Amino acid sequence: MIGGMFMYNHKGEVLISRVFRDDIGRNAVDAFASMSSTPAAGSFPVTNMARTSFFHIKRGNIWFAAVTKQNVNAAMVFEFLMKVSDVMSSYFGKITEDNVKNNFVLIYELLDEILDYGYPQNTDTGILKTFITQQGIKSQIKQQFGDQPLPKTKEEQSQITNQVTGQIGWRREGIKYRRNELFLDVLENVNLLMSPQGQVLSAHVAGRVVMKSYLSGMPECKFGMNDKLTVDKQGKESETAKTKTSIAIDDCTFHQCVKLSKFESERSISFIPPDGEFELMKYRTTKDISLPFRIIPLVREVGRTKMEVKVVVKSNFKPSILGQKIEVRIPTPLNTSGVQVLCMKGKAKYKASENAIVWKIKRMSGMKEAQISAEVELLPGAEKKKWARPPISLNFEVPFAASGLKVRYLKVFEPKLNYSDHDVIKWVRYISRSGLYETRC
Amino acid sequence: MTDSKYFTTTKKGEIFELKADLNSDKKEKKKEAVKKVIASMTVGKDVSALFPDVVNCMQTDNLELKKLVYLYLMNYAKSQPDMAIMAVNTFVKDCEDPNPLIRALAVRTMGCIRVDKITEYLCEPLRKCLKDEDPYVQKTAAVCVAKLYDINPQLVEDQGFIDQLRDLLTASNPMVVANAVAALSEINDASQSGAALFDLNSQTINKLLTALNECTEWGQIFILDSLANYTPKDEREAQSVCERVTPRLAHANAAVVLSAVKVLMKFMEVMNPSGEYITTLTKKLAPPLVTLLSAEPEVQYVALRNINLIVQKRSDILKQEMKVFFVKYNDPIYVKLEKLDIMIRLASQGNIAQVLAELKEYATEVDVDFVRKSVRAIGRCAIKVEQSAERCVSTLLDLIQTKVNYVVQEAIVVIKDIFRKYPNKYESIIATLCENLDTLDEPEARASMIWIIGEYAERIDNADELLESFLEGFHDENTQVQLQLLTAIVKLFLKRPQDTQELVQSVLSLATQDSDNPDLRDRGYIYWRLLSTDPAAAKDVVLAEKPLISEETDLIEPTLLDELICYIGSLASVYHKPPSAFVEGRTAARRVLPTRAPGSGSTSPDSETTSTPVQQSTVILPSQGSQGDLIGDLLNMDLGPPMMGSSTTVPMAQTQDAAAIDLLGGGLDSLLGGGAPAAQPAAAAPFGAQMGAGAPMGGGGNMGALGDIFGLGPSLGVTTSTGYVMPKTEWLPASKGKGLELSGTFSRRGREIYMDMTFNNKAMQQMGSFAVQLNKNSFGLVPASPLQVPSPLMPNQSVDVSLQLTTHGPVQRMDPLMNLQVAIKNNIDVFYFSSIVPIHCLFVEDGKMDKRVFLATWKDIPAANEKQFTMSNLPLDAETIDSKLENNNVFNIAKRNVEGQQMLYQSLKLSNGIWVLCEFKVSPGSPDIVVSLKSRAMDVADQVYGVLELICRN
Repeated sequence: MIGGMFMYNHKGEVLISRVFRDDIGRNAVDAFASMSSTPAAGSFPVTNMARTSFFHIKRGNIWFAAVTKQNVNAAMVFEFLMKVSDVMSSYFGKITEDNVKNNFVLIYELLDEILDYGYPQNTDTGILKTFITQQGIKSQIKQQFGDQPLPKTKEEQSQITNQVTGQIGWRREGIKYRRNELFLDVLENVNLLMSPQGQVLSAHVAGRVVMKSYLSGMPECKFGMNDKLTVDKQGKESETAKTKTSIAIDDCTFHQCVKLSKFESERSISFIPPDGEFELMKYRTTKDISLPFRIIPLVREVGRTKMEVKVVVKSNFKPSILGQKIEVRIPTPLNTSGVQVLCMKGKAKYKASENAIVWKIKRMSGMKEAQISAEVELLPGAEKKKWARPPISLNFEVPFAASGLKVRYLKVFEPKLNYSDHDVIKWVRYISRSGLYETRC
Repeated sequence: MTDSKYFTTTKKGEIFELKADLNSDKKEKKKEAVKKVIASMTVGKDVSALFPDVVNCMQTDNLELKKLVYLYLMNYAKSQPDMAIMAVNTFVKDCEDPNPLIRALAVRTMGCIRVDKITEYLCEPLRKCLKDEDPYVQKTAAVCVAKLYDINPQLVEDQGFIDQLRDLLTASNPMVVANAVAALSEINDASQSGAALFDLNSQTINKLLTALNECTEWGQIFILDSLANYTPKDEREAQSVCERVTPRLAHANAAVVLSAVKVLMKFMEVMNPSGEYITTLTKKLAPPLVTLLSAEPEVQYVALRNINLIVQKRSDILKQEMKVFFVKYNDPIYVKLEKLDIMIRLASQGNIAQVLAELKEYATEVDVDFVRKSVRAIGRCAIKVEQSAERCVSTLLDLIQTKVNYVVQEAIVVIKDIFRKYPNKYESIIATLCENLDTLDEPEARASMIWIIGEYAERIDNADELLESFLEGFHDENTQVQLQLLTAIVKLFLKRPQDTQELVQSVLSLATQDSDNPDLRDRGYIYWRLLSTDPAAAKDVVLAEKPLISEETDLIEPTLLDELICYIGSLASVYHKPPSAFVEGRTAARRVLPTRAPGSGSTSPDSETTSTPVQQSTVILPSQGSQGDLIGDLLNMDLGPPMMGSSTTVPMAQTQDAAAIDLLGGGLDSLLGGGAPAAQPAAAAPFGAQMGAGAPMGGGGNMGALGDIFGLGPSLGVTTSTGYVMPKTEWLPASKGKGLELSGTFSRRGREIYMDMTFNNKAMQQMGSFAVQLNKNSFGLVPASPLQVPSPLMPNQSVDVSLQLTTHGPVQRMDPLMNLQVAIKNNIDVFYFSSIVPIHCLFVEDGKMDKRVFLATWKDIPAANEKQFTMSNLPLDAETIDSKLENNNVFNIAKRNVEGQQMLYQSLKLSNGIWVLCEFKVSPGSPDIVVSLKSRAMDVADQVYGVLELICRN
């Protein structure tokens, strides 16, 4: 298992060092430091030096590193490092050098709790906060903090330990809200790779259903969507469901709280939600994606010193809907000396530092079209190397689910308390953003 | 107020100040001081001098302070073991604390203090904590057992902690179960004895599967990882486990998904490969694997490395998913390279157009490494998918036109491979290649180009000029280029001898006289002598037809692949190396995939009970045993008395044989010289036992006699065959064996028949997974043990292998009688050939007939069953013939002198019980010997005579 965990700043100085196993010596700490201070771009995330394996991820300016001499589960180590960074940021916000230094005692305490002899233990922040009660110090708000007294009564103590180890390790009992409310966000990232001729090379939607729940007690929830398999299954019972469009989900993964065996057998998503915000599910679709925008590029090299670029953006959704934050990024060669841009809609600028023309359109309704044309002047002969022609990328945000996913219901049952499904106020929202939305030119 | 101030460096008197603060009465001040100490510790400063002062702060009810002190203790206890004892009392007290959090904290910390003296005190509290009513304490204690085992394994076993851990597997709390499993797995791996300290049976499996649904994501990983070590009893059990593991594929944690994939991949091995269940599972595996590609790049990388393995093992899982492996512009380079690799593995006739279009796109990117690999990938596609070769070549030509230096060089290297795969097909492009000669500056590209020129010298008009241009800077070239240049010029000379004599002279003298490199010099000399002695032979050698390179030169060797599949998700699968390659010291036993038991497809009741998958894959050779054992084995093998029919002998590889000679020469001599076996009880015990059970000899005198026999040891020993052995003949030429060349012969030694083979790998790839099968034959020959070929067999490597045969197999008369049809399988294909077994290998040792029986039998067999042969021109006397035959189990019954002629009467017995009686007539004056054979089954007579003559003439 994990032999030691370290955190370094960008200069390779050790901020946190926690060794769990004898086989990891101080020299391992320094070995990584020498490695990370000159991080080659895209160097492998796992490296083996002198029979010691180093895993590292970077968050902000901070390296999180795990070291081991055994044949550990590599996927687990990375997942764990990411979890550690999540836990920390939920305690003290952004991961920065200052924040880490300000909270090092807290970090040691946390590490002690979530990693025992290199074995990850319960890492749920909600639960951790019930017994690791130091408040994180955020650099902006430098507040004095006092020790919160540890839960005194025996019942309280055993309640904590039961939660940490229990079957529902993500929710404590006895939560009460005056108003039972829940928010569902369907957030989708649309990814596209299109050839210059407009042929879709690959497209997929990576979606997430994020839920914010403010519910009393231990509510059981059931979530339904227009997934093809589910709809087909229920199709016999209710004929109406068939008429609605359903979508084919390639694959989905669920939060810890969802009963996976039930999903496997009945394809029903039931769970007891953690309190507050969490990611209920992630899914991926590749079929029948409505691509909100299409880019039509036209790049022509005129001689050795000039290039003409013409790009058309077409919005491809209902006219009543507004797309927002549209940003087209047209890469230019490294030896660009000047650019003249002409566009009717939005603002466009050549950014020399980024080697790109950035064209921003605040809003655009459906079934519209906008165009930009630019003349790029090149320094002759300065760059012998061929220009790789990176793809044109597009950013946007539209208020519908590009995959076509619809929430059909979210039912809440709390048998012990006296509120019913109808009393819960529910909010649902759909947003699709661009993931990697690229057109080759 | 924040903690960061503790990191600021302070002046010299720091330690003193801290000391004062630590001993202060004020709690706040104490805490601040401890924090400072910890901060200094983190940045590597030595604060061990403060040990007693910090330990003094331990007795506090402030949990935060306690944790800090504990942290300090863990770090420094080792350097101050005596001081650490001072803390023991507090630990023991804390283990009794009413607050479960403090109990757990104490037991957790105590396990981390790796000081022998402390571990003694740890046992009692640990035992209590393992039985604690609170699951939080229990789960912490479970891990603590693993910690203790690392310090003192004996103590853990003696104190019965392992049994307690096993009991925890049935605990009701899922996290306790998970931690107990994790601890047990680690202890199992670390266990020196190698004996499994915890065995998974179907009952525990059930418990684990129940806990799997309820515990944390990390716990699920622990459970799945140890489930993967379980070998299911039969297909039905495998299915039911898979049934309960598949839901995990939808978990958000990538490690849970990969571990579940591992269990499924492993259990699929025991299922009926054409069964419906496999098809369903295959379908279920693809989507979660694809989903892993949308995770963070680091996780993606781990996933891709594993997918690379999975694709090689079961290509059908992802064959439809080519598109998801298309490279994204801003993928990190390590993800890009890995995706590229998988794309090629998935390339097939159906999707090759798409793949090529992508690869061409990548070849214009900026990252040099990636571009190079993309160009190489195009070449690999050409070799893999024959239909696409033409398109690949034209794509490569397009790329060469870009004139980007490294692209051109890379392209030339792969074009060389394409020429090797499809000779005489694309030579039209050579002209284009030659245009780029000047730009090549990398050794590999230069060597490739030179190879092309040499290989196709007859079609390139100015080949001599081109090669001559390289010759100018011969000594500055890389060895690889020099060697290639030497060969290419010799090829050119052999093809166009008239005008290149000067060139070849100069290269030979450059290579042999002016070079310090022994390889180069040797090669030079070989060519020189070849050319000067026999130009025709030189032509045969240098211009020999080359074996085709195979499609998948970069596949992972199958046995390694199988092992890596058992490690999916772990570092081994990321490095594509077995754990022993990067883990120090003790390593757990190699993991192997379970094998499907024969007949487990059917559900008949008896198949369930009998079909236990064979787990042992490596046969342990006797040389690993102690000397005494080895000697015992050897004795058993060649001196074992006749009635020891059941003696089990192991065919030994050549290396072991060498060791055996040594043992016989040195070890045994002294052993036997000592006389009394009791002097070396350990070594002599099996020996003595053997003697007692076997030959009725007693006392020391006989030992001396035996010593004499051992004096001849090596000549009688296992290594040298007693009888006549025919020289090896080629059974399978490389051209028919896809690069595998096999020659062999049969011999009889130590009462056993052996098939002695030489495996020679002439292909460009490694070979492995060898197996052999013999068709039914006249004498029921079957292999006594599986074929043991050291795997992998590297290209150009050759090994000698002896396969022991027995005659207990099914019998079918063959025509010709001694024909033996053999099938050899390796990772590439199955090859069939037939060979002739020399019949004398079947002459058994007890073929000496009693004189009277011989006489009676001779008379009894009718004259029709007699055949007469004449060995002409063989001037041998009776004695020589006798001794020659004796060595081959043809025994002399009587010698007579009749009218000046010497008569020899011999008998022999075949393994199937057929007796053959012979009469040799030697006339002193004549060089001819007349042989008469009599047998009840005359079918063998011709064969027998054939070998008798061979033996006599040899």
